[in-house]
Amino acid sequence: MSETTTAPTILEMRSITKEFPGVKALSEVNLLVKVGEVHAICGENGAGKSTLMKVLSGVYPFGSYQGDIVYQNEVQQFRDIRASEAAGIVIIHQELALIPELSIMENIFLGNEPTRFGVINWAEARRRSIDLLARVGLAEDPDTPIKEIGVGKQQLVEIAKALNKSVKLLILDEPTAALNENDSQHLLDLLLGLKGKGITSIMISHKLNEIEQISDSITIIRDGKSIETLDVKGDGVDEDRIIRGMVGRSLESRFPDHTPAIGETFFEVKDWTVAHPQVEDRMVCKGSEFFVRRGEIVGFAGLMGAGRTELARSLFGRSYGRYISGHIIKDGKEITLKTVRQAIDHGLGYVTEDRKALGLNLLDDIKTTTVAANLKGVSKHFVVNEDQEFQVAEDYRKSLRTKTPTVEEGVAKLSGGNQQKVVLAKWMFTDPDLLILDEPTRGIDVGAKYEIYGIIQKLAAQGKGVIVISSELPELLGLSDRIYTIFEGSITGVLDKAEADQENLMKLMTAKRQAA
Amino acid sequence: MNALKKIFGGDIRQFGMIFALVALIVFFQIMTGGITLTPENVISLFNGNSYILILAIGMVLVIIAGHIDLSVGSVAAFVGIAVALAMRDWGFPSWMGVVYGLLLGALVGAWQGFWVAKVGIPAFIVTLAGMLLFRGLNQLLGKSNSVPVPGDFQNIGAGYLPEIGPDTGYNNLTLLLGIVAIVAIVWGELRRRKASIALGAEVEETWVMVTRLVLICGALLYATYLFATGRPGTSFPISGIILAALVLVYGFISSRTVIGRHVYAVGGNKHAAELSGVQAKRVDFLVMMNMSILAGLAGMIFVARSTASGPFDGVGWELDAIAAVFIGGAAVSGGVGTVMGSIVGGLVMAVLNNGLQLLGVGSDWTQIFKGLVLLAAVAFDVYNKSQGKPSIIGLLLKNFQKTPEPQAA
Repeated sequence: MSETTTAPTILEMRSITKEFPGVKALSEVNLLVKVGEVHAICGENGAGKSTLMKVLSGVYPFGSYQGDIVYQNEVQQFRDIRASEAAGIVIIHQELALIPELSIMENIFLGNEPTRFGVINWAEARRRSIDLLARVGLAEDPDTPIKEIGVGKQQLVEIAKALNKSVKLLILDEPTAALNENDSQHLLDLLLGLKGKGITSIMISHKLNEIEQISDSITIIRDGKSIETLDVKGDGVDEDRIIRGMVGRSLESRFPDHTPAIGETFFEVKDWTVAHPQVEDRMVCKGSEFFVRRGEIVGFAGLMGAGRTELARSLFGRSYGRYISGHIIKDGKEITLKTVRQAIDHGLGYVTEDRKALGLNLLDDIKTTTVAANLKGVSKHFVVNEDQEFQVAEDYRKSLRTKTPTVEEGVAKLSGGNQQKVVLAKWMFTDPDLLILDEPTRGIDVGAKYEIYGIIQKLAAQGKGVIVISSELPELLGLSDRIYTIFEGSITGVLDKAEADQENLMKLMTAKRQAA
Repeated sequence: MNALKKIFGGDIRQFGMIFALVALIVFFQIMTGGITLTPENVISLFNGNSYILILAIGMVLVIIAGHIDLSVGSVAAFVGIAVALAMRDWGFPSWMGVVYGLLLGALVGAWQGFWVAKVGIPAFIVTLAGMLLFRGLNQLLGKSNSVPVPGDFQNIGAGYLPEIGPDTGYNNLTLLLGIVAIVAIVWGELRRRKASIALGAEVEETWVMVTRLVLICGALLYATYLFATGRPGTSFPISGIILAALVLVYGFISSRTVIGRHVYAVGGNKHAAELSGVQAKRVDFLVMMNMSILAGLAGMIFVARSTASGPFDGVGWELDAIAAVFIGGAAVSGGVGTVMGSIVGGLVMAVLNNGLQLLGVGSDWTQIFKGLVLLAAVAFDVYNKSQGKPSIIGLLLKNFQKTPEPQAA
């Protein structure tokens, strides 16, 4: 097929163009994947990566796009996902397609059950699932229900399911987005192992360090066009090089300039202990103590499940867990926050880590969302003033530079970065003194991240305290003035910006407090 | 087609329903040889359906909040018999009967709201239990007999606007009401337009607004004419006035007030609403309570119209009300729906019922048609959702344009 390449090609997508009414999602995109490589696709949110993969896997059937898909030297015309799977192309979506109530084994064979005379042959299924689980390195009983294993292991089950379909080309959409470092590493190692066995992978990811680590080549997509394909080993590609391709310019710095102006301590938490909502004697926060100063950006580092979100949400009107003990002191006075309403009225704001499940009503439009936490601000005698509402939303759209045709657009239609801006606008409109941001840039592309950082810094410059919870250490290091570390519900240390680095943070995040 | 779309604005689903309603009326008008749009028929259609439409107003709020209420028919019957007994045995005057009925409705609603909001039992179960419970109480109180209600009480269900002023050949109050409504609509539209221009928001072209106003006002004028020229002694029914007032009040509450916003927020994403400071439990409690109050009102209107409360009042009402809400564009999963849409949905069902009856179609076929209409309306909605964009235009021009799909990240 391609005369210039040395290794044989497994897949070539030629001049793929896909249009939606009014939008050209893909325009003449080319993609060339060689047999047995890990091929990364990079691009900002909305660049067209997922659309391209949906074209490939038959979600958008043949005829709904222009261009050719050449797979294993034949032009393919997939009518649906079943057709592409039959050809050995399996896609694993960002949101896992597993059924929580069913067991690992039942999930692996769902839709593909081994049968004898129409009756499921469970002995055969068990034998094969033990074999498959061994191949993905998952030491779990095949009868364990999916809901009882973590997201990292669920991801492995998805891969086992793909292997069962004798996959030749595995597509992973943001496979590590929800995983902690350990699980991510395990998954990446597994991909390299599969590569050794001749399985080709295409991986979409925002985590550039992972891409740099495991991929052989990278195709960069920007604004629905394929920009370039980089050979990782040959071209000496690093993260900055990828970013340059993705945003079409070089970002000198990943963080805007910011000179902190830190005032006096205004928010203090003492002896904060909270129990798990269901398990009575399990404490998710153990005597946590910390403080925030005006104009300060305070980072909270910790592994997934360390209790960062639990701490934030329990402070925010006890919206998580059962309160056991502790004091909140704001502006020198002790305050009691028993409901979210009270927390908001006392000047707290909390941006959740799970935007879609907890942060947004996806049925709403931008203007309704913007005023949702402070309806008082646009109403008189409990009647909403719609003109004022429109004006408020319009002001935030301009100042945060939210990309949308109008503020009457549904939030479901926005990209992750723009959704996050709307959520930020919602909390900025409550005029909080302390804003807690839980994973503020999860699932957001590089360009939008930079803008979000700018917003956070601006809030701090206005004299507000900002708490940033993040799994990405470079983000915390770049943004925070001070960083607390959490391990198993306890605060294990605090480092100033000057003394913090990835290494000593990681040490504190994984070890119990040495001395109180 | 595009012009139509512009005139009726964003909510294509509701436009589709209004379109269907008009088409149905025209169809029956032709098929019945003009009986459908006679004053007598329109008045009786309103009288015979106002209680279902009142239930639909409460039901749409319950459904927007993500719940359902199966007990409304039984609650209506229970309140109806209790009020009838209070007036007969305790000598309550009619006005006190009405107040008593509303209070009873509130009490019943507080009971159901308690189980739904405070204890956290799904409304389906709570109101299924309520359906049995209050039906039983109705029969217990009334000893399974009918209890008549006094004449002046019958006014709320069977009364009409009185004749006053000079003899114009029309019912003067009905005329006045129609004219006030038309003026209010035109004034409101102009004011909204002015505010939008002041804000710098996009406004529709002038001819679009004018056409819409002419259509709406024309329909209103015609309705006014029909109601004002009824048989002597009949005119716009009192129950219709109660209904119109409720539509205005609840339409305003649902779209423009803080509590209304909270209902949509809780139905759309309960967790997100709670984390924005909305007290979801309070919202749940209030929508359930409100529903039972309206059920009590509907029960009283029905009793007033049929001059007595009986053991089988309100059987199957919950289904009519729920069907009206879903035909009117509400989503089963909550967060979506409008008061106006539910009224239109209820009218579609009412016109269908009435038209088929006029044609002499039996209740067997009437039920079959009603079932199919409900299914078709919701199927249309589901189809649109699967296509990403709700668009009746897209449906009609399907072969001429590419299938719309949600844009992927």
